Amino acid sequence: MNYSILIYETAADFAVRNDPDPERREAYWSAWPPYAQALREAGVFAGGAGLEPPDTATTLRFRGDEQLVQDGPFADTKEQLGGFFIVDVPDLDAALAWAARVPRSPGRVCEVRPNLKPMG
Amino acid sequence: MSVDATHRAVEQAARESYGRLLAFLAARTRDVAAAEDALAEAFHAALEHWPRDGVPAQPEAWLLTAARRRLIDASRRAQVRRDALPALLVAADAAEEQLVPDLAFPDERLKLLFVCAHPAIARDVHTPLMLQTVLGLDAARIASAFLVKPATMGQRLSRAKAKIRDAGIAFELPLAGDLPARLGAVLEAIYAAYGSGWDDVAGADPRRRGLAIEAVALGRTLLQLLPAEPEARGLLALMLYCELRRAARRDESGTYVPLSRQDTMRWSRPLIAEADRLLQAAQRAGRLGRFQLEAAIQAVHARRAVSGVTDWEALALLYEGLVRLAPGIGALVGRAAAVAEARDAEHGWALLQAIPAEAVRDYQPYWALATHLLARLQRHGEADTARERAIGLCEDPAMRTFLRQQGRRPH
Repeated sequence: MNYSILIYETAADFAVRNDPDPERREAYWSAWPPYAQALREAGVFAGGAGLEPPDTATTLRFRGDEQLVQDGPFADTKEQLGGFFIVDVPDLDAALAWAARVPRSPGRVCEVRPNLKPMG
Repeated sequence: MSVDATHRAVEQAARESYGRLLAFLAARTRDVAAAEDALAEAFHAALEHWPRDGVPAQPEAWLLTAARRRLIDASRRAQVRRDALPALLVAADAAEEQLVPDLAFPDERLKLLFVCAHPAIARDVHTPLMLQTVLGLDAARIASAFLVKPATMGQRLSRAKAKIRDAGIAFELPLAGDLPARLGAVLEAIYAAYGSGWDDVAGADPRRRGLAIEAVALGRTLLQLLPAEPEARGLLALMLYCELRRAARRDESGTYVPLSRQDTMRWSRPLIAEADRLLQAAQRAGRLGRFQLEAAIQAVHARRAVSGVTDWEALALLYEGLVRLAPGIGALVGRAAAVAEARDAEHGWALLQAIPAEAVRDYQPYWALATHLLARLQRHGEADTARERAIGLCEDPAMRTFLRQQGRRPH
């Protein structure tokens, strides 16, 4: 069964991605490949992507026939979606065990949700 | 009496007596959920009455009477379980007889522990059920500790309690022939609340569930109820040997410190003494078991506080015994670590490699040890790959930082 591990990051998380201090930048970027690799080696990796920061987002809204295009993310929350992994595991307990291994950072939050079964 | 003082009195009664009260009520009705509800209402009533009327001379007796009354009322209202009523009335009599001053009502917690770890109850609920019924922990906290969705944990606990009631699982002590297996399940459930100590040997912190204190409390309760059982003593000793290193597991900056580099001055001397006493007493019974063996392994580590050295020969032997008695993945990794020190990295690596790959795909301590041994064998490329794997499987950020720093050291 597929579960999505949605990773919500803080403004500080997004900022440190381009930190002028190479060590701090490196600390952010180097955390992810081992995690993704561990998912692959364990045979549970089913997809995923890192996302550019929320200020690169463009939001489309539709009201009746009208469409509205806005700069920025849909929800104005402190934490924003920074990326996600899809894991193929037997049950939610196993998905949560993998979510617990997502590299941690102050304020970072993981949400785990079952994916809908593919239609058709 | 002030409201604060009353709240404290209620809290204290809850802490000291929750498990005993619940065990007593549940043993007579075999309905754990109903007993929990009644007890919760009794504690509520105490918060209402005690500020007004003062804390009763025997708070436990007061709570028991209040809970019993509610159970009887609920049973009358529901009328679904007529058979519970006679049992309750018996309970009422029994309790009143017992509640003469200075004489407590019978302690049924041992029976409750055996019910929680009953073979008819799903294994993954044994520990949560114990934590909830004997210690009164709430389901949300238990769910967090075990990384389970709180709603799911709630359902599992409810299902288990329904099973106890509907299957009529008896609150009685197992027969002598069943005792070793039944006790084994109780011991394992308590240890599962603690986490595992041997992971430390492989250079990895045991997975901290945040329930170590609760697990030790359960261990103490069990020993108090089964004072002649060497494995109960062994289990408590084991947990205390791991606990005594708690302060040394992190340095001042919060960085992870592996067992081999821990400053033994930061180990708790009183806990060493207590664990040693427990283990020695257990071994005098002359019935060796898994938990005594594991405690003996940790005792060897603890001896470094006095001798300054680790007796890896002794550890390798003890792990050999443990692998024969209880061949878990942790024991296999621990043995490889001990043999690598007692003999050489090559032998340790051979043992590590013999573990089926399927079993270690997401077992972090294996990869942490593999990193260490491969580096010692000068196989740096493979060591780096193993280190990445160990880092990717980390839950603990302090451990992740430690492994990264190890990787930056010049080979």
